[in-house]
Amino acid sequence: MSSLLSLPVAISAFELGFIYALVALALFLSYSILNIADLSTDGCFTLGCAVGAQVAIMGHPVLALFVAMAAGVCSGYVMSFLQTKLGVESILAGIIVNTGLYTVNLAVMGFSSNLSLFKCETIYSLTKDWFGPDWYKLVVSAAIVVVVCMFLKWFLGTRLGLSIRATGDNEDMVRASSINPGFTITVGLCVSGAMTALSGCLIGQYQKSCDINLGTGMVTIALASLIIGETLVGKRTVTRRMIGAVLGSCIYRFVIAIALRLHMPTECLKLVSAVIVAIAIAAPYLKDRAVFQKRKLAAASAAKGGRKSC
Amino acid sequence: MLKLTNVRKVFNQGTVNEKLALDGVNLTVEDGDFATIVGSNGAGKSTLFNCIGGSFLVDEGSIFLDNRDITFVPEYRRAVEIGRLFQDPMKGTAPHMTIEENLALAYLRADKKKSVFSRISKEERTLFRERLALLEMGLEDRMKQPVGLLSGGQRQALTLLMATLVPPKILLLDEHTAALDPATADKVIALTKRIVEENHLACLMITHNMHSALEMGNRTLMMDAGRIVLDIRGEERAGMTVDGLLEKFSAGAGKKLDNDRILFSKVEG
Repeated sequence: MSSLLSLPVAISAFELGFIYALVALALFLSYSILNIADLSTDGCFTLGCAVGAQVAIMGHPVLALFVAMAAGVCSGYVMSFLQTKLGVESILAGIIVNTGLYTVNLAVMGFSSNLSLFKCETIYSLTKDWFGPDWYKLVVSAAIVVVVCMFLKWFLGTRLGLSIRATGDNEDMVRASSINPGFTITVGLCVSGAMTALSGCLIGQYQKSCDINLGTGMVTIALASLIIGETLVGKRTVTRRMIGAVLGSCIYRFVIAIALRLHMPTECLKLVSAVIVAIAIAAPYLKDRAVFQKRKLAAASAAKGGRKSC
Repeated sequence: MLKLTNVRKVFNQGTVNEKLALDGVNLTVEDGDFATIVGSNGAGKSTLFNCIGGSFLVDEGSIFLDNRDITFVPEYRRAVEIGRLFQDPMKGTAPHMTIEENLALAYLRADKKKSVFSRISKEERTLFRERLALLEMGLEDRMKQPVGLLSGGQRQALTLLMATLVPPKILLLDEHTAALDPATADKVIALTKRIVEENHLACLMITHNMHSALEMGNRTLMMDAGRIVLDIRGEERAGMTVDGLLEKFSAGAGKKLDNDRILFSKVEG
């Protein structure tokens, strides 16, 4: 195991785990709480990266985070507009927005398929001297995730947050409480979009580059993280579920890191991701089946034993 | 005061499935009126409630609440003044949220000016506790538990409390005890009576129990084929028996009853 996971590998798995955890948290809000499958996640992630990269190139790496989040809010708003004002099914709305975002992202990147941030400052290069050369990336990423988690925890406890949670649980009841579900869906998707874009922006600054295909498959990965977390930590309270999302994201990155250490070609990573997602989603079901089968076998053998004694 | 003038609703207009659900309904419910509504399936009772509550817009006619035209007001805005309960106990509460959180949402109707970023306050918690204690179901000690763990009867009682936590101008009860066992149904009915009386609410209640249709409230309506065919109150109602009501029904509708549940209630009553 020690040969599989050296400290630098573990640290970088955690760094990526924390950054991608923001997308898992975004899906926690849109998918687990609002019950909306937001397929615009891929495009929104790249949008955050592209917008953040451009602002960082202009020399404002910290401002980049907020501009990227604003871009994510816009993406979330368009998605919710299609759903609540134009009556488009949520999955279709996501696909439409995702498709549109591809062109938007290219335009943001100045119609080139990648941008380099090697020559400019990033929030990581700015903080390099504060926390030591090995740990600064991890500390910054973790700190941002903690701040976002605290915000989310606070937000979901407010009246607006409660309304959003109820919207995914029982929309009729929300309407009966004189709240417009269209409004709560809009707010929820905007916040979720902001988190996805923030994650994209951080990845851009972390990797010092931005690629038009960066977000491809992001929704699958985030979903995997979310479900790994729910399987391990459970989904009883909001806090537990958020910790689960972050933990799930880190575990996912560890699995990928191990796969890479085992000389898995990078081309195969998407397949590995898909397999992990399938296993993570199937695990709770298989666990139930296993318990059922065990009881069935026990009952069968008991019946057999009973007959013998007769 | 709720007033409906010439309300008409047609489903699937222009198709073979066209169904005239409401055929020019005129109805006035005064403040403090508690009217029970009976009628066979498909008579238009639930459609009437859906039109008043705003689940869908009417094709013709107008609806006034306290002399304000609410015909085109969206459902969620009407909910400030109209409380509703359905037959299905699952419909009125959010199962994965706690009792306290459900009540907090219902309490949002109280004050629209309150900041959306405020949290459940101590005073509100005390208020919720007091109100829950009135249900006499021990729910006041389970405020942090998700509503999904409650039984159907407990959930319906909670929904009733939520709908009346901020007293609405009118309360619509759509067979709200039909899915409950008889003992629990009696309890929820008693609770309904008390809450309606205490808050002096205007109330419309759909029921298939002819007995409670005559016993509860001060007015009985009968619907058939999208029309109100009978509207009795006062002495006429006091002198009415279940048999009499059934006869009136046949006379008003001009046909025999085809609803088992109504016929059964004749035996029970």
